[in-house]
Amino acid sequence: MNLSQMQALMPLLILSLTAVVLMIQASIKRDQATAWVITAIGLVLTIWGAIYARDFSQTVTILLKVDSWGLFFSSLMALAALVTLLLSRESFADEGRRKEEYYLLLVLSLLGALVLIQSSHMVSLLLGMELMGVALYVMIAFPEKGELPVEAAIKYLVLSACASVILLYGFALLYAATGELSYAGLGAKAGAAYLQNPLLILAGSGMVISGIGFKLSLVPFHMWTPDVYQGAPTPVTGYLATVSKGAVFVALTRMYLDGQLYQYPSLIDALVVIAISSMLIGNLLALQQNNIKRLLAYSSIAHLGYLLVVLIALTGKGLASDAVTYYLTAYVLTSLAAFAVIARVSGEDATQCQISAYEGLFWRDKVQAICLTLALLSLAGIPLTAGFIGKFYVITVGVQSSLWALLVAVVVGSAIAIYYYLRIIFAMSKVPADAVEHQAYPGRVLALFLTLLVLVLGSWPEPFINYAISL
Amino acid sequence: MLMINLILILLVGGLLAMLSERFGSHVPRMVTLAVVLLDLVYLLLALSVMPELTGLQAPVPGDPQTWLMHYRAEWIPAFGISFEFALDGISLLMVLLTLVLGVVAVSSSWTDVNIKQGFFEANLLWTLAGVLGVFMALDLFLFFLFWEVMLIPMYFLIAIWGHEQRAYAAMKFFIFTQASGLLMLVSVLTLATIHQSNTGVWSFSYFDLLNTPMAAQTAYWLMLGFFIAFVVKLPGFPFHTWLPDAHTQAPTAGSVILAGVLLKTGAYGLIRFAVPLFPEASMEFAPIALWLGAAGVVYGAVLAFAQTDFKRLVAYSSVSHMGFVLLGVYAWNQLALQGAVMQMVAHGFSTAALFMIAGSLQERLHTRDMREMGGLWHNMPRMGGVAMFFIVASLGLPGLGNFVAEFLVLLGLFQVDPSLTMIAALGLITGAAYSLLLMQRSFQGEPNISRQLNDFGTREMLTMALMMVALIGLGLYPQPVLDMAQPVLNGLLQFSATVAGGQL
Repeated sequence: MNLSQMQALMPLLILSLTAVVLMIQASIKRDQATAWVITAIGLVLTIWGAIYARDFSQTVTILLKVDSWGLFFSSLMALAALVTLLLSRESFADEGRRKEEYYLLLVLSLLGALVLIQSSHMVSLLLGMELMGVALYVMIAFPEKGELPVEAAIKYLVLSACASVILLYGFALLYAATGELSYAGLGAKAGAAYLQNPLLILAGSGMVISGIGFKLSLVPFHMWTPDVYQGAPTPVTGYLATVSKGAVFVALTRMYLDGQLYQYPSLIDALVVIAISSMLIGNLLALQQNNIKRLLAYSSIAHLGYLLVVLIALTGKGLASDAVTYYLTAYVLTSLAAFAVIARVSGEDATQCQISAYEGLFWRDKVQAICLTLALLSLAGIPLTAGFIGKFYVITVGVQSSLWALLVAVVVGSAIAIYYYLRIIFAMSKVPADAVEHQAYPGRVLALFLTLLVLVLGSWPEPFINYAISL
Repeated sequence: MLMINLILILLVGGLLAMLSERFGSHVPRMVTLAVVLLDLVYLLLALSVMPELTGLQAPVPGDPQTWLMHYRAEWIPAFGISFEFALDGISLLMVLLTLVLGVVAVSSSWTDVNIKQGFFEANLLWTLAGVLGVFMALDLFLFFLFWEVMLIPMYFLIAIWGHEQRAYAAMKFFIFTQASGLLMLVSVLTLATIHQSNTGVWSFSYFDLLNTPMAAQTAYWLMLGFFIAFVVKLPGFPFHTWLPDAHTQAPTAGSVILAGVLLKTGAYGLIRFAVPLFPEASMEFAPIALWLGAAGVVYGAVLAFAQTDFKRLVAYSSVSHMGFVLLGVYAWNQLALQGAVMQMVAHGFSTAALFMIAGSLQERLHTRDMREMGGLWHNMPRMGGVAMFFIVASLGLPGLGNFVAEFLVLLGLFQVDPSLTMIAALGLITGAAYSLLLMQRSFQGEPNISRQLNDFGTREMLTMALMMVALIGLGLYPQPVLDMAQPVLNGLLQFSATVAGGQL
């Protein structure tokens, strides 16, 4: 490995170094404030590293492919981790116990996500996914109080481990049939291997789809999502919704493009079925929820369905790949904005996550309420927010590729979605009968900043669109 | 720039109104009134120095240079999206109607808003800003943006200051418009994609997208996307079910804006976009649209007849009246289109006034149920007289604006489909029935002597007088309005005749 390859891996190196420093620090003097600062510095440096590494884009060994597209998402995910860190600080601040490990886990999990984003090989894919996942189990279970986090963590651990095993088995079958594990090699040889050994390829790819579908919580692999979203501490839920899902989707997109998987119609048919059912079922189930975190869990299922529409239209660099970049960025920022408010307003009290707890929020804390409203409108795809441009991309891409069935599902799904997003907004705008106590929740600046990003991305998208095209 | 300023004044004014609440709960409404009046005066002043206004030549739909005003600035060049605004006779009429009814709306909610006055007036102004945007935007992306964004303040108006069933009504209103709007979005994006694959450049400009060649079947589907979005808003049968709920539950100012202005965006959309963008498909579809229009006229009238709620009755009468607009548009000849435009203006005034009366009744009686009214003329003679005027206006009494409108529509429609004209004309008879019933049940009959009710004051009478003058003017001398619309309609008719080869 030469110097320029090391430079290309700069973000990964910085993160690994941060993890090491955190461990050393813990062995010298356990102190939560110091650990927090080290992590924050590490994450900021990672973002810088991702920008720095752009000039050294290349394939590093067979496992990793560093390119500007992956590096952009690396910095976005590092930003999301930074937001998680900021939110976690107050969430865990008053519990008076050791929590330096939490920061270590956050760093390790992000490291996994970045490996995943840059993987070009099934081995690095699995490595990244596991590193990210294992750290995440512990993060979910981190609060000592309450049963929900532990329940969520166990559920996620067991199911996620099963999914990983299935994924691994799928890789093994595909390897048996083709003798390849890199995306490109696998994609190229799968067609020929199918003629010789149809069963191996079918079973193998079916298992891979299930495994990845689980991580992305696509229907019918979505059962874990609401419980885990609800049970996890809110900052971790935000992290799960953005970094964990985003990184896996980036990896999936890379696999799809490098392996040229769009040449296999039966795979596309399977994806179409998954996408349509995710959009419809995700949105329908969200209607019934009274817990805002569960509601967002189902809405995220639907959003991944919309993203899948773009994936299905992918045939290389072009409008569809810009659409993936835009939609994913919009989704990550919007979710972060929403969770930034929820983490403050609901705190760690499970009862405060009911929609009824948000009644009259407009008159209690205007700033937080406006931020959450805009985030929800963005999720619903109302103009002037990033979510609308995202929807604009999804529909345009769908029209260009004549994916009419999927477009019908997008329209029906979005129409249903309006209802449950509006329910929250309605609750917030309710005027309470008795005099209102003004109650300023902390963390307004962060929520405002994220909301502003969502608005800028939605009302002046030109710079980012051009940037996405340049990636 | 004038057009952008008109919108900006309202947007900033909304913000000011909201902030002014700290100086007292009565300040926001004054700020709002000042802002709307400022906007109106600004527009009139700008128009008075425009020489073109007097000698309007027929604007060619596809050539912005022939329009009254045109403004274009880049927004998202990557997709050919721009801030493109343009104004012709019809949009000018609609803009004027919006601002005048804006004044009426502020006046109608002068006293009945008890909570969060600042935010209320802000939402009112923002809704008006959105509506102005809809009437002036000629970039389809921008148009869609205003179309959707104007819903949000309207949603808040209903959801926060509405009556008993406000949650349900606000939700229904939003979902109907939003879902149908998504269909339009798909149509807009498909149209732009077709244009892009034909020419290689992205554009959402109306002037570029007119005359886009495409397969007949594609055009038909795209036209349907636009048609449904506009007909839901109009509202046309069978997509009208959101309207009675929304109108009934909205606060008075909300109802005034909703009935007076928001419904017109649907009619405007049909005339401006649905037909000119897809003339051939519209020609093919016209018979169905005409039947829907006639069904709306009769069905709305029959349902209005069965209502006991004052506001609900007026709401259903809107369904009936807007059916005439649908008929006028799809008859697609000079007379019928003139009638449709006339109906948009006249119905705006008559319904706004009726909703204002309903609001005043609700404020005084705390009910909208006509079974608990009766003999109110005795208690409030001024309000009774005013109500009588607008009720007969609404039923189409000759000499008032609504009569001219409906008469023109029927006249134009007769050239296209005489049998349908007979059915639609039934709407006039049923209209008389439910309108007089409304009068009878609420203002006539046995008076309840013990009731102490405040009659209309100066503010209300002034507002009502404004609308009375407008309706009488429209009824006795409709020529100015017809003159304003005529060149535009001529241009549209010529345009569709050259593209689709004849009548719709």
